[in-house]
Amino acid sequence: MNSVTSHRTEALLTVEDVRKAFPKPDGGDLLVLDGVNLKLEPGQIVGLLGRSGSGKSTLLRLIAGLAEPSGGHLCFRGQPITGPVAGVAMVFQSFALFPWLTVFENVALGLEAQRMPKAEIRKRSLAAIDLIGLDGFESAYPRELSGGMRQRVGFARALVVHPDVLLMDEPFSALDVLTAETLRTDFLDLWAEGRAPIKGVILVTHNIEEAVLMCDRILVFGSNPGRILSEITVTLPQPRKRLDPSFRELVERIYVEMTSRRLGNAGVTSNRTERFPGLGIGSVLPRVSSNLLSGLIETVAAPPFNGTADLPKIASDLQMEIDELFPVAETLQLMRFAEVEGGDIKLTDAGLAFANAELDERKRIFARHLLTYVPLAAHIRRVLDERASHAARKSRFIDELEDFMGEDDAEQTLRAVVSLARYGEVFAYSDGSAAFSLENPV
Amino acid sequence: MNRTEPFAFVRDLASRWDVIAIVVVIGVLTFLAEASRGLLAPISGLNAAPLSLDPVHLPIYAARTTLRMFTALALSLLFTFTYATWAAKSARAEKLLVPLLDILQSVPILGFISVTVVFFMSLVPGRVLGAEFAAIFAIFTSQAWNMAFSFYQSLRTVPDELCDACGSFLLTPWMRFWQLEVPFAMPALLWNMMMSMSGSWFFVVASESISVGHTSIALPGIGSYIALAIEQGNLRAIGWAIVAMLVVILLYDQLLFRPLVVWSDRFRIDQEQGGHVPHSWALTMMQRSRFMSGLRTLFFAIVRWTSRRAPRPQGLASLARAGTARGSDVVWFGVLLVLIALALWRIAAMLVGETSAHEALGVAGLATLTMLRVLILIALASLLWVPVGIWVGLRPRVTQIVQPVAQFLAAFPANLLFPLAVFGIVSWKLNPDLWLSPLMILGTQWYILFNVIAGAAAMPQELRYAAQNLGLSGWLWWRKVALPGVLPYYVTGAITASGGSWNAAIVAEVASWRDVEVKAHGLGAYIAEATTAGDFHRIILGITTMSLFVVAINRAFWRPLYYYAERKYRLT
Repeated sequence: MNSVTSHRTEALLTVEDVRKAFPKPDGGDLLVLDGVNLKLEPGQIVGLLGRSGSGKSTLLRLIAGLAEPSGGHLCFRGQPITGPVAGVAMVFQSFALFPWLTVFENVALGLEAQRMPKAEIRKRSLAAIDLIGLDGFESAYPRELSGGMRQRVGFARALVVHPDVLLMDEPFSALDVLTAETLRTDFLDLWAEGRAPIKGVILVTHNIEEAVLMCDRILVFGSNPGRILSEITVTLPQPRKRLDPSFRELVERIYVEMTSRRLGNAGVTSNRTERFPGLGIGSVLPRVSSNLLSGLIETVAAPPFNGTADLPKIASDLQMEIDELFPVAETLQLMRFAEVEGGDIKLTDAGLAFANAELDERKRIFARHLLTYVPLAAHIRRVLDERASHAARKSRFIDELEDFMGEDDAEQTLRAVVSLARYGEVFAYSDGSAAFSLENPV
Repeated sequence: MNRTEPFAFVRDLASRWDVIAIVVVIGVLTFLAEASRGLLAPISGLNAAPLSLDPVHLPIYAARTTLRMFTALALSLLFTFTYATWAAKSARAEKLLVPLLDILQSVPILGFISVTVVFFMSLVPGRVLGAEFAAIFAIFTSQAWNMAFSFYQSLRTVPDELCDACGSFLLTPWMRFWQLEVPFAMPALLWNMMMSMSGSWFFVVASESISVGHTSIALPGIGSYIALAIEQGNLRAIGWAIVAMLVVILLYDQLLFRPLVVWSDRFRIDQEQGGHVPHSWALTMMQRSRFMSGLRTLFFAIVRWTSRRAPRPQGLASLARAGTARGSDVVWFGVLLVLIALALWRIAAMLVGETSAHEALGVAGLATLTMLRVLILIALASLLWVPVGIWVGLRPRVTQIVQPVAQFLAAFPANLLFPLAVFGIVSWKLNPDLWLSPLMILGTQWYILFNVIAGAAAMPQELRYAAQNLGLSGWLWWRKVALPGVLPYYVTGAITASGGSWNAAIVAEVASWRDVEVKAHGLGAYIAEATTAGDFHRIILGITTMSLFVVAINRAFWRPLYYYAERKYRLT
């Protein structure tokens, strides 16, 4: 150890210019994480906020030493991370408890792996179980517990190894709202009172309010490839109140941040119309149900919104996570039924017309917009029109899409366009024969 | 209800690796045959202890047979833990090992018992021991493959988060194997062990008493007892043997498998409570007994003790599946290539010269006959058992009674009943080509029945209510509700039944009672005759042909059907 490092305020974790790519079947690479920098100082909770597919969970796995980066450096207390480290513990979204071990055995497992003396294992496990409020449940099996109690076991198992850094991968998202809130509060109490033997926390989440509630710094992630879009420092004093105006203001700001970045750059950049981003045939489309599309249009069109709505307000009214809401808003924007800007969603004239129309008229409007603004739908329709048989194999379009995107994205994009086309009755698709056609089955 | 998944995971690995796997399997069998050919003479004087048909000896015989079966089961477990783990952990090994396993599952090992018997007896000069090895090996070959397959599938489907948890809490590979992988695989593995035990009764009867050329061996056991009873035409003795077998099956089912199944219920990964909680009186007894809890403690102490001493590799190496480095890839494929060339050459050398293209064509014709028999019989059995199975499965009360019976019947070695059939055919002067055929499916049709019952019982209650509410009835109900609902289960059962029937053909197309032998025309009879004559060229030719047929039918017919049913009709 040289003395220079020990004199600096040493960061617990440093991530420098990290990228991660997965090999594609056709030989190319799929970049999921690019140019990520991050520093975790002692005493901080850092949130990684983003939608699914933004690579934040991948980054967490890299930090945990469960996967290797394709480029860049990760260090824990100045030492490069080359595999799982004893000072880093993890809490999982679906708890990841061993169903055949009791609560006690689950908690003790990490200490067993460290080959600690039996008496010590017992003492520390019981202490952790006690700390996390699981007294009396030592001999229960996970399946006997509720979701909240299971995640408590997850926390106890992570804390018992006395990690310096706790990694949390959407730890509350599999729980119901009330249980999640209780668990968050309990955790923040432990953290604030210094009773938990941890020095720093990294929290992965797609819930904006959760990030504002818990974190000292929030890193907003964008997709394709996953990267950090912006960093927001939260200075509100703990305990934070959700209804506090400054809390609301921050939530609003992050919404604006995420929608302007996300929706403003949706898909491949091009210089078509000014406010609406151009979308080539090679853009990944999210899978969105047509029920949700018309549902959101109706909600925004109706009072109290009357055509313009605040996204955070809509999200809490409809009880939707941003992971669910954003794809719907994005698709509406893509089809020119709405504009999304500055955390607001505003219906276009077409959107308002759609809201006031009957089912048949709705389908006509929808079909027109689909063929005008979604190049892939127009492309499929053109191919079908040109052919004498009015039929085409699915693989034909998959191959085309795979020039632009990975296998899974191509499949998802095609499924998405099929779902939209079915609603608009633009063309038909048969899953059995994996073929597109113009005939509507009787 | 657990189900076996006959083709899970092999889909992507099929194609040219199948061909290689066939070559490797047949090649090894050829080597065995060659190695043992010259050794036939010295053993011909073997005199095993004379058997007696007095039922007094049956408990001892039953015990020896059971011991053989459990020894084989232990070997199968050992094989499972090593072979399947290797296949699951190394992407390189997987490419060969998985198709190999698939072929081994399809090869009718029964026809090759004679070769292995001679081979093992040549290994051990103390002769009875050699014969024991051979019998145990034969039983092993009827148990190991599906167990290994099930374990491999489980290893490949361990939930990612549990793997990550093991990684981040620094569990060593050894700990991870015992704490995560084995428990996770346990329910499916146990189910397959039970299937294996059932299936191996068939082999016990065929492997304990066997004559190859001038050599005949009779190991003390239920199988030999039955063989002797058939030879002497003693119906009463056969009855006693069946009773002894029933008792043995009942004992290990109640004392071993039931408790294990109930105990392993906690290893199911779906964490929801409720549903059907299985029950075992024996487990309750064991859990309350100090002896058993001592054993359990001991087992876990051993796991813990070894875990503490297992080497601890650092870094990511312990987590990732062994990758593919270019250099070692070349070496690995080079070695494979040499081995395959060698095997091809030996097979060719053995067959060319001794057999002709004309004969090969004749064998293919016989195989077609057997194939027709199998297909027609499966179709007939389906016509009968699918409606019955659906009827039973929709009535929980009836299911409770019928399901265990069907499972037991599947375990019952149908070859015990062959003498009766021969008796009938000879008495009434029936045509063996027609009337020997049903024997092939006698033991295997139950797979169709109990799978269909399981499928019907698993049909969601709401779906049945909806059908009632819509007023569906008659043929419409069968066509739109019942048949599609059980299709995935039916296909699973039919695949097992078809595979078993091919194997059974070897003993079913030739049957004897006292000194009367009746014989049908088919590949099974061809192999059986070659075995009796000790003609290894023809055994190899017959087995190769049968393997090719079975694999081709699986690839061309059953596998696509299975995926179709799984994709379209699986109700979850």
